[in-house]
Amino acid sequence: MSNIESAHAVGGPQPSAGGRGAEGAAPSKWEAVIGIECHVELKTNSKMFCGCANEFGGEPNTKVCPVCLALPGALPVANRVAIEHMIAAGLAFDAQIPEFSKFDRKNYFYPDMPKDYQISQFDMPLTQGGVVRYWLEDGTMKECRLTRIHLEEDTGKSTHSGSGDGRIAGSSHSLIDFNRAGVPLMECVSEPEIHNADEAVGYLEALKRTFVQLGVSDVKMEEGSLRCDANVSIRPVGAKELGTKAEIKNMNSFRSVHRAIESEIARQIEIVESGGRVVQETRGWDEVTGTTHTMRSKEQAHDYRYFPDPDLVPVEVDRATVERIRKDMPELPPARFARYHCEFKLSVAQATQLVENAPLAEYFDACVNASKNAQQSVNFVLGDLSRLANESDTPVYESPVKPQHVAELITLVESNTINSKIAKELVGRMWKGEGAPKSIVEKEGLAQTSDPGAIDGFIDGVLAANEKSVADYKGGKTNVMGFLVGQVMKASRGKANPALVQERMKEKLT
Amino acid sequence: MSTVERSGVDVARAVNAREISAREVTDATLGQIDAVDERLGAYLTRLHDMARAAADRVDARIAGGEKLAMAGVPVAVKDNMCLAGTRTTCGSKILENWIAPYTGTAVQRILDAGGIPVGKSNMDEFAMGSSCENSALLQTRNPLDLSRVPGGSSGGSAAAVSAHLAAVGLGSDTGGSIREPGAFCGVVGFKPTYGRVSRYGLIAFASSLDQIGPLTRTVEDAALAYDVMAGYDPMDSTSIDRPLEPTFSALRDDLRGKRIGIVKEFETGKLGAAIDAVYKQAYRDLEKLGAELIEVSLPTADYGLATYYLIAPAECSSNLARFDGVRYGLRVEGNDVGEMYEATRAAGFGPEVKRRILIGTYALSSGYYDAYYVKAQKVRTLIGDDFKKAFATCDLIACPAASSPAFVSGAKSDPYSMYLMDYYTIPMSLAGLPALSVPCGSVSVEGKSVPMGLQLCAPIFAERELLSAAHAYEKATMHYKNNKLDVSLHRAPTGNLV
Amino acid sequence: MNSQSTKRSILSLSSDKIDIRYVAKLARIALTDDEVQRFGQQLGDLLEHVNVISKLDTDSIPATAQVVESRNVEREDEVRPCLDRKTVLSMAPQAQGSFFRVPRIIAEDG
Ligand SMILES: [Zn+2]
Repeated sequence: MSNIESAHAVGGPQPSAGGRGAEGAAPSKWEAVIGIECHVELKTNSKMFCGCANEFGGEPNTKVCPVCLALPGALPVANRVAIEHMIAAGLAFDAQIPEFSKFDRKNYFYPDMPKDYQISQFDMPLTQGGVVRYWLEDGTMKECRLTRIHLEEDTGKSTHSGSGDGRIAGSSHSLIDFNRAGVPLMECVSEPEIHNADEAVGYLEALKRTFVQLGVSDVKMEEGSLRCDANVSIRPVGAKELGTKAEIKNMNSFRSVHRAIESEIARQIEIVESGGRVVQETRGWDEVTGTTHTMRSKEQAHDYRYFPDPDLVPVEVDRATVERIRKDMPELPPARFARYHCEFKLSVAQATQLVENAPLAEYFDACVNASKNAQQSVNFVLGDLSRLANESDTPVYESPVKPQHVAELITLVESNTINSKIAKELVGRMWKGEGAPKSIVEKEGLAQTSDPGAIDGFIDGVLAANEKSVADYKGGKTNVMGFLVGQVMKASRGKANPALVQERMKEKLT
Repeated sequence: MSTVERSGVDVARAVNAREISAREVTDATLGQIDAVDERLGAYLTRLHDMARAAADRVDARIAGGEKLAMAGVPVAVKDNMCLAGTRTTCGSKILENWIAPYTGTAVQRILDAGGIPVGKSNMDEFAMGSSCENSALLQTRNPLDLSRVPGGSSGGSAAAVSAHLAAVGLGSDTGGSIREPGAFCGVVGFKPTYGRVSRYGLIAFASSLDQIGPLTRTVEDAALAYDVMAGYDPMDSTSIDRPLEPTFSALRDDLRGKRIGIVKEFETGKLGAAIDAVYKQAYRDLEKLGAELIEVSLPTADYGLATYYLIAPAECSSNLARFDGVRYGLRVEGNDVGEMYEATRAAGFGPEVKRRILIGTYALSSGYYDAYYVKAQKVRTLIGDDFKKAFATCDLIACPAASSPAFVSGAKSDPYSMYLMDYYTIPMSLAGLPALSVPCGSVSVEGKSVPMGLQLCAPIFAERELLSAAHAYEKATMHYKNNKLDVSLHRAPTGNLV
Repeated sequence: MNSQSTKRSILSLSSDKIDIRYVAKLARIALTDDEVQRFGQQLGDLLEHVNVISKLDTDSIPATAQVVESRNVEREDEVRPCLDRKTVLSMAPQAQGSFFRVPRIIAEDG
């Protein structure tokens, strides 16, 4: 399809540039440039600057104290664990951890922000720079640099009433719950290096998986512990200058991020191609209509009057702390994915499944380590073992089946000592706690037999007992072969080498 | 000496010795308050019930064998300090009916040590002012001359202590708000090193400057209250975690071997002959006690006022944002939240508070931040450096505590002329230094004697040195003994003076 | 040291007129015309006084944010008791059920 024919011609019914189809199929003459700002609630016991519990939900206005309710005279004291979480998050993305950092006040009035300023970080955040490595559904690895991650505090939650639909527009009043006010929040700001909706979601998923694995956040979008805004602009392919951006808000799931970005790219292309100009503004995503709409038509410059918070003292991050946190850092999702997909040649789906379950991935790694066979390991771990785990509600890594056992099993299969049927049976018995597979095999003589004499014996017995099938086969119904081989396997209690049975059977029948 | 005139040290000693009960002291003090406070206006809220209950608890503890540093000592709590269950107004309409649900650290330590909270004392609204005239709720008069102001912003505590309505008044000092009213009311006003006393529970004016301290009739009492209140508090990130030396037990009677710096730039001749004479005499008295007087220079102290009037308003503009009509305090309804904010804050704040919020907002706003706020913070560094240089050659600095003695109510209508009252106290505040004012004589105005205060200032953390020197000076001069309460104070009420 | 504002010298500021209405809007204080006039005048006067600091050369001088240098004052991540809701809501100028209630929020009022 040529550019001219592409569906984002003026007046086209469904502008599709930026749409999933257009990305892959039709090279647009427009390139989207996207930067993402993410707010992620940190997982701590207590809030950022006071001892109130940091928990989702609960009766409104029950997790508040003089500090997070901004009562007169109350003062903040920073949560040590929140600061360490920030350092871990920064290190996970190879960010710099400056030796000196401080808290600043961002001044603006909003009813769910108790102090009417937010304690945040302006010019000296806890982490600077860094890069998020992520992957797409086809396994392509991508990178997006981070500008910074800084630490701040969350606001309370407003519920808008009187508009019928819970929206702020048209509401008559709002109700406020301050339970969330003061929960530690990290703001991750990306460079504008994302170019389509798939990349945006890939980037967000990498952030999410990393934070979950580090234990710094639960990242539950449905609970609001991850919220993101996207700055979207377009420019002709090859252009250096950035176009005018629109900031998209109200995206409540990764799916809505995907849809919103596609819709916004299409909207901007349509405007520009019909001779219009994109205006700088904030636009809200509407899940129902599937479009973005103007929230703040004129981008008024906010005058936040940042200044260092005189109630808090600076943070000096000593290098020993950084090294301690770095040393404790697990292998993180992007690196793990790359290792599994590119090195071990696991499929994208297999690699992703493991990456999203860190203890299972560690179990898998132990299996590979012992067996030196990634493909067989993944087959057992994500196959029979995961099935048993689902059935019994016990994670694989907590089952009696040790990675050492899996490795032994793989050796037994690879050396043709047992066949796959026996292997399957052994997995079940190991799950029940019967111990190492080799000892079971030895104890019960389950080793595969390839002795032609013994196999012929089994075959003769089966052929004698199944005269009708033999006649059918000879009459051209060759598909009874499967049945007959099955009977032989049964007679041998699964020990007969199936390939050999097949071979000998054919000979005998012709 | 009547019960109410007894010093805090004396009361605590007597109560611990069971010569008198805390309840008796409390009742006497409450009686004095009821007798004179209509005309004085020191207290916004009297705490009769709470005080009596506290006194009974103290007596029970004493009966149980405990020794309490401030047993039975009647305390006036400035109304910008949270005391659970009491109205805490900050002298503002915006908090006129707010009941604090928690108690601040400094106040709690006083209570734990057996101090009795007898009332919440009046103050300039949000501690912004030097005369107490900026209180939106009450006019406080100077007990030594009811036509004059008590000073500010801790004017209520100063007046209460001076009029024997408490032995200890808690004050807060941002640019002179303890020292200046101390001087105006003929009492001791002591501001410790920034960070020595926790600010938790002190309603903020300017966070990097605010510091709680005592107002007392004697230096001993100031030391007693300071020893009780001072020390690290995990609830205040800016409170200092550093060993504390008790000051009370280290008070001395002489100044032998001490070098006291007299600031070249603070030549008192320009304050008029009568005032000049008082300070010259005070310096000679220091010398007589064995101190060596040496001239020191604070070349940038003259920029203190300008620096202060950028930094303090900037911080206050942000600190006072929370008074928005959403969670507590006054609300004036509006069609939407924005209107509600603007109407609430317009009605809730007085003109001085508005002026400071506006100037501070301006100093922080886009395009002006570097030129005003950052510049002021740099000058603040220079002022601190001047003190460091001066203290390389002297142990203490002596200078006036205020630009004039207590003036007549209503005399200073121009904001800037009021700001000038703190000319001598602001540099120490900017440098975070411990400083106090101690009575040093008086001048005669229209036949009445109006007290003056000598300011002494020490290097950071040298509270012990500072209080010891002030004690020696006080013991040798006894100026506070000359305080005479205005005769009208005890007259039957002739009408509402407020 | 702080990039939020463009560098200007105080000398050029002294000739600026303070935009009192803009500042009052940021500070969320409704002013009467009379107050605009009076505060404008008073703040203009004060700014002239404070402009004396522009005379000092501070290019190589660090800013003092806090007089007593202290670092890393942090609390352990421990839960402490909260206020009870009855107390909390008893302070509210207007409460509804277990919530604080405010008049309608014009979108992006902040
Ligand atoms: Zn809290």
